[in-house]
Amino acid sequence: MNSKRITIPMGPQHPSLKEPSCFTITLEGEKVVNAVVGVGYNHRGLEKASEMRTYIQDLYIIERVCGICSHTHSTAFCQAIEELAGVVIPPRAAYIRVIMAELERLHSHLLWLGIAGHEIGFDTLLMYSWRDREQVLDILAMLGGNRVNYGINTLGGVRRDLEPHMVDDIRQVLNYLEEQDKYYIDLALRETTLAARLGGVGRLSHEDAIKYGAVGPVARSSGVHTDTRVDEPYAAYSEMPVNVITDNHCDVFGRTVVRVLEIMDSIGIIRYALENIPDGEIKVNMPRKIPAGEMLSRTEAPRGEDVHYVRSNGTDKPDRVRVRAASEANWHGMAHMLEGDYLADVPIIIAAIDPCYSCTDRAFVLSDGNGGEQVWDWQRLRQYSLDFYRKRGVDASKLKIAKQ
Amino acid sequence: MAFFNILIFPGFVFLGAYALVLAFLDRKLYARLQNRQGPPWFQPLADFLKLLGKETVIPVDADKKMFVFLPVLALAAVTTSYLYIPLWGTSSLYPFEGDLIVILYLLTLPTLCFFLGGWYSTSVYATLGSVRVLTQLFSYEVPLFMALLTPALLAGTWSLSGITQYYAAHPLYILINIPALIVAVISCQGKLERVPFDLPEAETEIVSGAFVEYSGRLYAIFRMAIDSELVVVCSLIAAVFLPFYTGVAIADFGLYLVKTIAILFIFALFRSVMARIRIEQMVAFCWKILTPLALIQLIVNLVLKGVLA
Repeated sequence: MNSKRITIPMGPQHPSLKEPSCFTITLEGEKVVNAVVGVGYNHRGLEKASEMRTYIQDLYIIERVCGICSHTHSTAFCQAIEELAGVVIPPRAAYIRVIMAELERLHSHLLWLGIAGHEIGFDTLLMYSWRDREQVLDILAMLGGNRVNYGINTLGGVRRDLEPHMVDDIRQVLNYLEEQDKYYIDLALRETTLAARLGGVGRLSHEDAIKYGAVGPVARSSGVHTDTRVDEPYAAYSEMPVNVITDNHCDVFGRTVVRVLEIMDSIGIIRYALENIPDGEIKVNMPRKIPAGEMLSRTEAPRGEDVHYVRSNGTDKPDRVRVRAASEANWHGMAHMLEGDYLADVPIIIAAIDPCYSCTDRAFVLSDGNGGEQVWDWQRLRQYSLDFYRKRGVDASKLKIAKQ
Repeated sequence: MAFFNILIFPGFVFLGAYALVLAFLDRKLYARLQNRQGPPWFQPLADFLKLLGKETVIPVDADKKMFVFLPVLALAAVTTSYLYIPLWGTSSLYPFEGDLIVILYLLTLPTLCFFLGGWYSTSVYATLGSVRVLTQLFSYEVPLFMALLTPALLAGTWSLSGITQYYAAHPLYILINIPALIVAVISCQGKLERVPFDLPEAETEIVSGAFVEYSGRLYAIFRMAIDSELVVVCSLIAAVFLPFYTGVAIADFGLYLVKTIAILFIFALFRSVMARIRIEQMVAFCWKILTPLALIQLIVNLVLKGVLA
């Protein structure tokens, strides 16, 4: 062990992390020489829970995979089920899904911009961008009834229609946001302390971005031309003027630029959708029981590509649900991005992929390495915990607990 | 009388009260600049009292005596330095030749206390914070000292009261010292550990650096020392660079408040328009930009000294 090196744990509880995860950072002075990413503190059993409920009930769960990009998850899930059932949603519903998805992108990117500002000690940016984000949240609440989990998607369409007075309100907010975003673009491209802090930090080259399978703004800022909205248009995206915004900085600065420019692009998409939204139904009827089959559905979340896999077995409950949230794809390059940078840059590098910890966390099985699985029953778990605390001088064996 | 001066006015009690006022103004201005509401006027006092009532936890591995002693020493050093700064006139309470050096020395003590406090806490975050405190100290201290000593050079005295009297007699000469004022204001951000130089505390990186293990009463004393340091630094800059006086004690005291609050406004502006920079950027900035600027000022003042004499 080199005495010059110190290892500090960033997490599971740390001011720069909004959700639990542990980054074990080995430092030489202020330089990061080794980083170990430890996620897995927040497993919620969402996939298993979905398999035990009906498709309609699952919508509620799937919407809660992520607190920020909730719409994109429910869209991906609904698409998979609709595809399995052979149902085509009405064009108006597809447009409303697009409008919601882009509003969600607006609020997610504004949220990210604020967090990025906070991580580098620029709290004014946090206050400004979150003030603007409130406007988007108000619009989302008006459309869906909720500020974050809008619950607008349902199997076969959407739950609520877009009223004419809402369109005017959305346009007003878009005009305001356009002005604000021009300011943010200016800020991101020209503010000197911001450029000094973000430039050259958390580098992920074009090759590495492909190698580690980065998605979304992280990949696009490394010059990878990838966007599910263009590569495999879903909902009404085939009719939308989507520009894939790429950048060649390959660092946190590039990720900032991509996101602030995407805000502009999203505003354009929403304007186009509001202009061209067709009249008609917003929902078609869906069968309760979905024919057996399996389906992979992809959507572009604000953080990147979101993949849902659903296997049905002819009943009203799915046989298997698998969610691959966008952050999960971006974690793999994290250790690579962290190494060689300063400790001061660790929070912003982590924040730059716009990580979502609990979306990512899945259960894992203890294995003996020979393919044999280790399953611990209740008694063994309890004995383990008793021994764990006894070693530390606490004897809990006398405690009475309810029988399981 | 000396007892009253040291303990009540303008010493300990007044400094503490004014520190809370300035802390409130700082937070309020910062909030308004960020388009926020900001705290009510009693918030710093409420925070202070709340901290006093909280449990004080001392880490098992920490050196208990030093851990308790350091916050008190920091506060004592700051309070002492305040006694040598002219507040409502051109003379401080106990002026003597060389008190400028003593003030600067006393202002370095709290920084050393932060370092030692973090070092004796034996936590990794605190250790990193302490190392940053020291690294930062070696970067901003040189330009700060040079910026404050060059006006003294022109005045031909090492006494702060003497400097103030000299510039009060020749108010136009302060225009010469404007580069030194800029250097002093910027390096004071480092001294006070404020954005963009708040690296030792950097919440999102090392939690709160050197203070991470401090809690309750001891942390309250540290906070008070930091808030008081803000008052002392504002007063010091006002005394050296803004020597405008009317000759009437009450009016001068009002003028003192206006001057310190104006300086505080500049500090709050700095804090709200900048991001925190990295330690290596901070060192490079201080040695490559601030120190040469202070050196130029030094040469200019040396030449002028000859010309004017």
